[in-house]
Amino acid sequence: MNKSQMIEALAREEKLPLKKAEEVVNTVFGEIEAALIKGERVEIRGLGSFKVKKYGGYQGRNPKTGEMIKVASKKLPFFKVGKELKERVDLQ
Amino acid sequence: MALTKEKIIDTIYHQVGLSKSQSRSVAEGLLELIKGTLEKGENLLISGFGKLVVKEKSARRGRNPQTTEDLQLRARRVVVFKTSGVLRDKINRR
Repeated sequence: MNKSQMIEALAREEKLPLKKAEEVVNTVFGEIEAALIKGERVEIRGLGSFKVKKYGGYQGRNPKTGEMIKVASKKLPFFKVGKELKERVDLQ
Repeated sequence: MALTKEKIIDTIYHQVGLSKSQSRSVAEGLLELIKGTLEKGENLLISGFGKLVVKEKSARRGRNPQTTEDLQLRARRVVVFKTSGVLRDKINRR
């Protein structure tokens, strides 16, 4: 399911105009995104939590050429699945 | 402070122009839609944000690291998140 299908399904199920459903979906993901950019944690009960993890830079090698390269430090969001979602998705 | 469902509902209320109770039910409806989709084994692709993917893990032999006891881990189905390149760049301010 992609974002536009999600908007359509939400509009149908919540009896909302498509435009409102789109605004809701954009607001929810926009808020999560803004929090992660600020480095804030996101915690949504039943779904899961997001937090940004920092990974240090290191001296690496291009595996093709063997050339030494510097790999810069980076930040990546990490998602931990919530209890309810975890149980519902798992087989039994 | 962590972002929570309450804050998201509040932002929907202020920005989308729905009543407080409508904002709440729509937020819960969206979360249920997300969970129900993944439960069916269907992936969720949010452009510019990332994707939530259902992965099948096969059974494997494991070990309790505390007791070093061998144990069998059954096949599982799990959800993994893959960040979109757009969001990754924003977080790293590139």
